[in-house]
Amino acid sequence: MRFDRDVRRKLFSHAMAIACLACVAIAILPLGDILYTSAVNGLKVLSFQFFTQNSPIPCDPRFQTGCSFGGIYNSIQGTLLLIVIAAGIALPVGILCGIYLSEFGANPLGNAARFFADVLAGVPSIVMGVVVFSLFLLLFQDGYITSDYVLSVLSASIALAFIMLPIVARTAEEALRLVPTTTREAALALGIPRYRVVLRIVLRSARSAVITGGLLAVARAAGETAPLIILNPGNLFPFAPALGLHQTTASLPISIYRWIVSPYPNWQADAWGATFVLVILMLGISVAARLALRERFGAALR
Amino acid sequence: MVPRPSDTSAGSETPRDPGVIVSPRGRFSRLRDRRFWVRVADRLFTGATGAAALVILGIATLLVLLLVQSSYPSLTRFGFGFLYGTVWNPNQTVLSPLIFGALPAIYGTMVIAAIGMLFGVPLSLGIAIFLTELSPGWLRGGLSFVIELLAAIPSVVYGVWGLIVVVPLMATTVEPGLHATLGQLPGLSGVFAAPASGYNGFSYLTAGIILAIMVIPTISSVSREAFLVVPNDQREAALSLGATSWETTRLSVLPYARRGVLGAITLGLGRAIGETIAIVLVVGNSYAISGSLFSSGTTIAAFIATEFGEANGIERAALLELGLVLLAVSLLINVGARLLVRRGIGPVGGAE
Amino acid sequence: MRSDPTAPEPRAPLPPMPPAKLRTEKLSAWYGKKRVLEEISLNFAPNEVTAIIGPSGCGKSTLIRCMNRIHEVTPHARIEGRVFLDDQDVYRQEATSVRRRIGMVFQRANPFPTMSVFDNVAAGLKLNGVRDKARLDEQVVKSLRQAALWEEVKEGLYAPGVSLSGGQQQRLCIARALAVEPEVLLMDEPCSALDPIATAKIEDLLFDLKKQYTVVIVTHNMQQAARVADRTAFLYLGKLVEFNATRELFERPKEKLTESYITGRFG
Ligand SMILES: Nc1ncnc2c1ncn2[C@@H]1O[C@H](COP(=O)(O)OP(=O)(O)OP(=O)(O)O)[C@@H](O)[C@H]1O
Ligand SMILES: [Mg+2]
Repeated sequence: MRFDRDVRRKLFSHAMAIACLACVAIAILPLGDILYTSAVNGLKVLSFQFFTQNSPIPCDPRFQTGCSFGGIYNSIQGTLLLIVIAAGIALPVGILCGIYLSEFGANPLGNAARFFADVLAGVPSIVMGVVVFSLFLLLFQDGYITSDYVLSVLSASIALAFIMLPIVARTAEEALRLVPTTTREAALALGIPRYRVVLRIVLRSARSAVITGGLLAVARAAGETAPLIILNPGNLFPFAPALGLHQTTASLPISIYRWIVSPYPNWQADAWGATFVLVILMLGISVAARLALRERFGAALR
Repeated sequence: MVPRPSDTSAGSETPRDPGVIVSPRGRFSRLRDRRFWVRVADRLFTGATGAAALVILGIATLLVLLLVQSSYPSLTRFGFGFLYGTVWNPNQTVLSPLIFGALPAIYGTMVIAAIGMLFGVPLSLGIAIFLTELSPGWLRGGLSFVIELLAAIPSVVYGVWGLIVVVPLMATTVEPGLHATLGQLPGLSGVFAAPASGYNGFSYLTAGIILAIMVIPTISSVSREAFLVVPNDQREAALSLGATSWETTRLSVLPYARRGVLGAITLGLGRAIGETIAIVLVVGNSYAISGSLFSSGTTIAAFIATEFGEANGIERAALLELGLVLLAVSLLINVGARLLVRRGIGPVGGAE
Repeated sequence: MRSDPTAPEPRAPLPPMPPAKLRTEKLSAWYGKKRVLEEISLNFAPNEVTAIIGPSGCGKSTLIRCMNRIHEVTPHARIEGRVFLDDQDVYRQEATSVRRRIGMVFQRANPFPTMSVFDNVAAGLKLNGVRDKARLDEQVVKSLRQAALWEEVKEGLYAPGVSLSGGQQQRLCIARALAVEPEVLLMDEPCSALDPIATAKIEDLLFDLKKQYTVVIVTHNMQQAARVADRTAFLYLGKLVEFNATRELFERPKEKLTESYITGRFG
């Protein structure tokens, strides 16, 4: 009787372990299939030209000849431009904010900023998009004429910066907090001014974790689509690839979105090629960032 | 950036402006004091970091103020009716008045998020439990690494995959199958009813399933963190009563980490209601309310994304009001989640 | 190991060691590559309190954690040697049933956080399939009485376990361990987080508990060992230095090391 019960309990425990393992498997399955499907479809169009040519015009080989797959050069260019501007805003401000939170932030302002950074990190990116739209409308609208800047690289970058900012700030704060208090105290005891201690010693010892956090935020922003649909819906006919701040530009996520819902075979094929590139890029950044973190802070970050 | 004592104070030794009277021991002698400049640099630095912290608060305020301001025309014109109206008609004709009602989008958001949570929460908790409590050590590292990678996939990729892989699968197999099985049970026939237009795979259910996959990294990683801070002696208390590893999880780990887990679920919900592009690609984007999970619909976020480009004037204001609704809900959810996660460490009212 | 093998055996105040209830045989333990116990052979007599003393980090906790097989849940931990309960090797039985027979009380009181006082005590019984309400009630009251907690909680049986005071929580944990009717009770510094009054309560309790159980208590506090234990083992750097009747060990230590330790010259 007792024995029976013990065996049952043990079996049940094993069954639950297997069920939980099954959950892991169910979660990994889509990841595997995403990789597999995008590789199989994406490799069909992937070539050197895919990275050097602009987006193609729509073309259906059933009715037309000389269809070209074109490439993602202008999409990558646009994404890079957006990201560079967004990171240029969000990284310095975010890191400064992280410094404030970890070094001076034990006060109401610090607590509020920390709390709102967390809350902002959860605001849907589409909302960030429409808010920046309203902001630009307010700043630039001239009578009934909507300025170029409302839909532009600039407005989209700012929305992306808003999305990155809380992530950068909180990861920077957490990285700085890992630096032992004794390090700060030792330096301060030597008579080194506070700002130098923070910049030269604390920030330097937390450097790689701060950079990693920034990198993850950049990756997150580079894959964002929703705010771009609002603010930078893209330029799929790049006769003259746009690079002005007041213009809209193509970008990888938007190109993928437009191409995959289009009825044109060459665009659909390109969508997979671009998806594959984006997936590999994101996984690459993520793996690199995590490996770097693990190496540096093995114990602290598990 | 920071002025050096040597170069700046040198210039101040002979003040150009004759209007300023400088006594040898007066105010300006401080400029030669290195400690003075250190103090200035310190102040500047602290000020800059504080300003950056203020930026966060500024953005939060901006968010609310701008949305209220820009949706004001719609707010005042439609009032509360906006929330339960079912018609979205931006083109006024003799027969159809200009009206904007948000209910189909709100309904879709709720249904899809509910489906996402229904599948996503158990899966994520199973994953978190396995990775912290039940997994053999050699499996743990590799599996958690792979699960974390799920978070790295951009949502547009989930959308593309859903559109090309999941939607056809739902249309040909899953949805007819569910209709033929669960749909025959009394009380469930409405939920699993065949849509009038036939199964096309673009549905609440498809969107919910994609969402379930997308919330897994959030929920599982935050609840894993909650499990990891459960002190070992809590586990050992259960083990020493003769509990199996599952019983230990149920008796010690889950109760101890419950706030953190609740916070994780709430955070996941926050992600779910805000998800845009992946939903746009698989939900069918029809502005309608249907009881059948196999019908196409839309969500607040997806509707904004699909309509915003063409909208002007009062319709744009109405879409911005939808954005305001989404913001309000997500703020509520996120504030709740943060309060839970922050206080999630440790049991309530411990005597120690 | 005796410093002077020719000296006459001093008379022990206790009867000679009865057959052991629990016994370790050349027990060694590792955390990863680090060996923390070296071939410990010890006997624990039934209905006695055995104290294990020694400086911090010498392996006291590890030793008792090997006995109810909690040691092995630590990653990379392993043992060599054997542990016998009633002359049966515990490492050849189900870990769960061994742990049910060998209860444990921890340094920090650790009641289950969401459970009431009642449910905390009943938790182990419920695991073992006791559903009968009358039986549960009876056993819970009995265990709380044994743990000398009944009078203090009988009005608030359904209050959260964590709402009790530290000393009460520790006795709650003792009651929880007793409820599954173990044969051996292992206690790892059960009083180190308690005030003197709560400590005295638990020490008094031990005199009652040993009538029914085999008790092993790890303690830092030598007065406590001297007061409650019938026999005492002194561990140093993972080795068993001396094991004897408590009076003997404290009044006439045979080893120089023991003497230095109990006279407070190190540790
Ligand atoms: N989980 C662990 N991993 C690695 N080493 C450990 C672990 N737990 C304990 N040790 C090491 O094993 C040795 C013995 O530890 P143990 O906890 O048994 O000592 P102790 O005598 O109970 O000490 P204390 O009086 O401080 O409780 C110590 O050197 C300790 O550092
Ligand atoms: Mg110990």
